[in-house]
Amino acid sequence: MLTFTIRRLLMAIPTLLFISLIIFLILDLAPSDPTGSLPLTIPPEVRADIRASLGLDEPIHIRFLLWLQQFFVNEPLNLFEHWTGWDLGGEDRTRVISWQTRSPVVDIIAERMPQTLWVVGTAYIVGILIALPIGIYSAYKQYSVFDQAGTFITMVGFSIPPFFSGVLVIVIFAVQLQWFPSVYDTTHEVTDWDSLVIQLKQMILPVMVLALQITSQISRFMRASMLDNLSQDYVRTARAKGLTESVVVLVHVVRNSMIPVITVIALGVPQVFGGAIITEQVFKVNGLGHLLIGAIQGGDIPTVQTLTFIFAVLIVLFNLIADVLYGILDPRIRYD
Amino acid sequence: MFDNTTDRRVLVSVSGLKMYFPIFGGILSRHVGDVKAVDDVSFDIYEGETLGVVGESGCGKSTCGRAVLRLYDLTAGTVMVDGTDISTMGQGALRKIRPVMQMVFQDPQACLNPRMSLADIIGEPLVEHTRLSKAERRDRVYDLMDAVGLNRDFANRYPHEFSGGQRQRIGIARALALNPKFIVCDEPIAALDVSIQAQVVNLLEDLQKEFGLTYLFISHDLSMVRHIADRVAVMYLGKIVELAPREGLYRDPKHPYTQALLSAVPEPDPVTHDTANRTVLKGDVPSPSNPPTGCNFCTRCPRVMEICRQQDPEFREVEPGRFVACHLFNESETAG
Repeated sequence: MLTFTIRRLLMAIPTLLFISLIIFLILDLAPSDPTGSLPLTIPPEVRADIRASLGLDEPIHIRFLLWLQQFFVNEPLNLFEHWTGWDLGGEDRTRVISWQTRSPVVDIIAERMPQTLWVVGTAYIVGILIALPIGIYSAYKQYSVFDQAGTFITMVGFSIPPFFSGVLVIVIFAVQLQWFPSVYDTTHEVTDWDSLVIQLKQMILPVMVLALQITSQISRFMRASMLDNLSQDYVRTARAKGLTESVVVLVHVVRNSMIPVITVIALGVPQVFGGAIITEQVFKVNGLGHLLIGAIQGGDIPTVQTLTFIFAVLIVLFNLIADVLYGILDPRIRYD
Repeated sequence: MFDNTTDRRVLVSVSGLKMYFPIFGGILSRHVGDVKAVDDVSFDIYEGETLGVVGESGCGKSTCGRAVLRLYDLTAGTVMVDGTDISTMGQGALRKIRPVMQMVFQDPQACLNPRMSLADIIGEPLVEHTRLSKAERRDRVYDLMDAVGLNRDFANRYPHEFSGGQRQRIGIARALALNPKFIVCDEPIAALDVSIQAQVVNLLEDLQKEFGLTYLFISHDLSMVRHIADRVAVMYLGKIVELAPREGLYRDPKHPYTQALLSAVPEPDPVTHDTANRTVLKGDVPSPSNPPTGCNFCTRCPRVMEICRQQDPEFREVEPGRFVACHLFNESETAG
């Protein structure tokens, strides 16, 4: 298993380099222009100067290599200096700079990350915690009223886009009932009990919208996986052994059913970091999804490139984690 | 010896057993009919004997075996095991009886939980039904593995690491864990190749002698049943058509279906094989959801009479120890 993991990690390096090249080329070919949103009265020479000041006058391979050096050498060295306090002579190292804000992209991401993790991460955990029991019980009582209702609701939750359900819950809970704020206040700091309550209140609506989707997805997986296993012969064996029904279902069936579900859950984690672009937009959560949308609109290529690449790293990483988990959970699968 | 069974103790007594599976159809999923998998079956199994059940695919053999162990909720009829009526018992009370009656399943791969090691599979009934310490449990698992001829080093391996024959031994060891009196063997050799079949059947016979077990041995392999069974029941379309001691049945089959079935056994001698006077049945088995009126076999019987299409023949004793459900014998009796 260890050699498998190491081999996969080594193989990930060329994969990621290739991905970064593809992202870079796509962004370069895209007709986006960092000066596009500037007033039309600015003369073309000035625009060209602005582009030159951003480094856009260099040929594409130079820009790509520069980004590679900034992202893979300079930023890690900076982080290392920051953590250890050692001075490695980093004054003249250039960083990946956002064209919009002129501040280092990595710093912006570090600023935005907590919001996304709080809201999207909580929604993910809440969604899973609701989904698993629903999926298990639905499958156990297949075609019961609970199952029919659950299947219907998950289908609805799966099909309704967050820009609709988000606005719907805002209208109901924020406007009509006035229970929760409609906008997520990023500047709010949790210092005591009362501020924690406010934080939780402002999290509820976005978490609700996101959790609906996550629950729908995962509970369906869980149900299907349970149904697969419930009809297996070993379940009959377990009953014939005289085990209690709870042991049969929770120990034998659920453990076996969790194998594919855990893979799905692991593969979904990068989306948490990626942020829920639309939901963050609806509730004004100042997270990574929000950052990405803003950067795309402003033609801020370094930010888009860096963010997209970080998502790619996470996806590759969690694919590996899912594979390793599969090997741990299912004794039939061995990688050595 | 086989005819003189009346003074032996009846361990399992089945009378009027019916197992119908409802069919739902139409827009509102109404109950539109039943698959009569087992339809009014009665037999006794004496302590220490092997009752073979033979019949073609879909005749209800396996359902009958599972119903006897109450792995289904019975439609009608009573099942007495070791003096206890288990036919309407709740699952909780049933659990306490489970150690007396066990089952060996057809598919040795599917009936073992893929995520449990061999020691866990065999030891789980002990955890559930006994209060043995961990060390005692391990010793018991080793004893059982010795009894079925599995190397003790295999205790921590998983089912997929074994061959079919070894897996079936695991299944048998698992069934033996709680010292049962009665074991239903549901085609335990059907999934194995011939050389392994002999090993497993011999093992079952040895264990029967050693532990005084009683078997209900379900199979479609007539030669194997002839080898292992003391008495044989022949099933056709959910009913037992003939029940007789082994020697009598194979020497002088009474029921036309039994005659046809036995004439289909392949003959090893090529000369007699080609000249053998086979009874070849015409047509297909009727659907168990819509059996013919009268005798179930009347659509294919080579000796069908008018009465067969109107009246269901009674299952009666035509000679001491020999039961047949056929009008041919009812008439000969009334005539003689």
